[in-house]
Amino acid sequence: MPEIYSKYPMVKYLRKEALPTALCPGCGGGTVLNAFANAVDQLKLDPRDLVVVSGIGCSAWIASPYFLADTLHTTHGRAIAFATGVKVGLPDKKVVVISGDGDLASIGGNHLLHAARRNIDITVILVNNFIYGMTGGQVAPTTPFGAKTTTTPYRNIEHPLQISETIAAAGASYVARWTTAHVYQLIESIKKALTVKGFSLVEVISQCPVQFGRRNRMKEPAEMLRWFLKNSVPISKAKKMSPEELEGKFVIGEFVNRQRPEFTEELNKLIDEVQEHFGLKGGDDV
Amino acid sequence: MIIRGDEPEQIRLLRKLYKPGNYFMQGNEAVAYGALFAGCRFYAGYPITPSSEIAETMARELPKLGGYYLQMEDEIGSIAAMIGASWTGFKVMTATAGPGFSLMQENLGYAVMTETPLVLVDVQRSGPSTGQATKGAQGDFFQARWGTHGDHPIVAVSPTSGQDAFWEIIRAFNIAERLRTPVVFLFDGVLAHTRELVKIPSVDEVEITYRKLPQNEEEAKLPFGDPHGDGVPPMPLFGHGYFTHVTGSTHKENGLRDVYTPEVHDRLVRRIHRKIEKNRHVYEKYEEHFTDDAEILVVSWGVTARPALGAVLKAREEGIKVGLFVPKTVHPFPGERMRELGKRVRAILVPEMNLGQMILEVQRYVNDDVLLKGVNKIGGVPLTVEEILREIRGVA
Repeated sequence: MPEIYSKYPMVKYLRKEALPTALCPGCGGGTVLNAFANAVDQLKLDPRDLVVVSGIGCSAWIASPYFLADTLHTTHGRAIAFATGVKVGLPDKKVVVISGDGDLASIGGNHLLHAARRNIDITVILVNNFIYGMTGGQVAPTTPFGAKTTTTPYRNIEHPLQISETIAAAGASYVARWTTAHVYQLIESIKKALTVKGFSLVEVISQCPVQFGRRNRMKEPAEMLRWFLKNSVPISKAKKMSPEELEGKFVIGEFVNRQRPEFTEELNKLIDEVQEHFGLKGGDDV
Repeated sequence: MIIRGDEPEQIRLLRKLYKPGNYFMQGNEAVAYGALFAGCRFYAGYPITPSSEIAETMARELPKLGGYYLQMEDEIGSIAAMIGASWTGFKVMTATAGPGFSLMQENLGYAVMTETPLVLVDVQRSGPSTGQATKGAQGDFFQARWGTHGDHPIVAVSPTSGQDAFWEIIRAFNIAERLRTPVVFLFDGVLAHTRELVKIPSVDEVEITYRKLPQNEEEAKLPFGDPHGDGVPPMPLFGHGYFTHVTGSTHKENGLRDVYTPEVHDRLVRRIHRKIEKNRHVYEKYEEHFTDDAEILVVSWGVTARPALGAVLKAREEGIKVGLFVPKTVHPFPGERMRELGKRVRAILVPEMNLGQMILEVQRYVNDDVLLKGVNKIGGVPLTVEEILREIRGVA
């Protein structure tokens, strides 16, 4: 048996027949998978109570097929909509979406927005590496202004979408952003996201040295992690900074943590009310 | 939850809510009530004319039965949510019209590839594009067949009246469950909004089918295998600790992705085709009128089959030996029966509310020496008995 199985305790959560992963050396995806497995472990969740849903792209591969649970690998952008059906069908299970920025915030942006508005109890771990990695490094709606990609060979003239801020405003119960250089904070936030009732988003700024770093003078993964650390600003500090000062910075921390009525609970409550109203409860009237 | 295991309670509710008898209702309502009798307890949709009354009826009735109605942010999300819910065990449905059907095509292919039972109602309206949004048409015959990309089989059912829609939607659910496949229900804007008599039967008259579930751990480990030799694998639902992996990418029998081995793709896609081809008895259905001695045959489907029958009856009064063949499952097309009938007649007319779609299927099964002619009308107004009768007289 390879050494990894005895040395690495989290491997018990992985589908061994699917290993090794398809992720490039130095990819931040492994860190996210590790953080997710640690969160599951620390919360003592039974993987039989988890359904993991993902879309298309590198980050969709982080937990699917590698995490040993029911896993639904869907079409591009639609993971959250698939997860919505799963959650309504299995309201007592933890439904988790792990996918990328292009998948969830570009083609799937509308599902992300509306799931947050609905406040359905799904945990989304959105891995933001600023780039379409799998297709060869094209510009994404998260690519920093001025960055070089294969489809912005001169410079990116668009402004990145601020995902966490947008989803916090849309009505999610819990939103946090960390980077792959903040592993312990990330694990704590994933744990909170899995525990909170309602829609939760953990945005993870993650390194793609192969497709993003290489073209932006950071070809070593460590350089990218140093870039994250140097430019991360805690949300408390960011509140006192001007938009100009925040340009190019990563605001990290918890954006919201609040209680709002949750969708599947409301849906089941509604059914109870309707059945009560029409006198459909009870079983001896046939 | 799903009716299976829950039947007494669901039968009690259906009995209490829907008294058997004759009702005056829209075609769309008949579809919705049929779906409820079939066991559909999850509906996800997005409003679109002329299908919206199906969503409205489901939104009103599903909670009474403990079922779920979701209005999603778009049609893509609707079919996605349906597939997610189907993997938790629900019988699921959505209803849409041409533009929404176009948007659902990618995930319809996902449902074919992942063998997810669902029923997709397309209330056909006049196109292309936004076309005549409130008018009926039969222009989606081939979108149902070939709308999603890649080699794929599809089953599509098309009813000819409100009453027929009630029973045919139940049949659509039964096919979807039995063959673990999506089924397209080709309805149309004319029947959808026609109010007519629909007899709601007693629950006892309705036969419903459930998907196969794994009987043991071995079967559960092969969600895309063929343990029973009928091409239909048992479906290991989510939430039962099977650790099922589902992907639209080419996958092995255990569900894990393998997109590099040609044989894996060949084996998977051919089995999915074989599953449909070999189980023709599950879904093949057509109606025949006066075909025994017919020299002229009218082949029609859906809403147009009604004026077609009217025209055939009138022509018979005039002594013209004409018959009518109505495929009720339009995909896969009942080609063998079409071939047999084609050998006996000298002319075939194919009336439909489009510029000639099902006629191409008919053409595949009849010899060149048979006169084959389309009777086509577009613009949103159904063909009349007179219009079809005139064409029958023309070839008599």
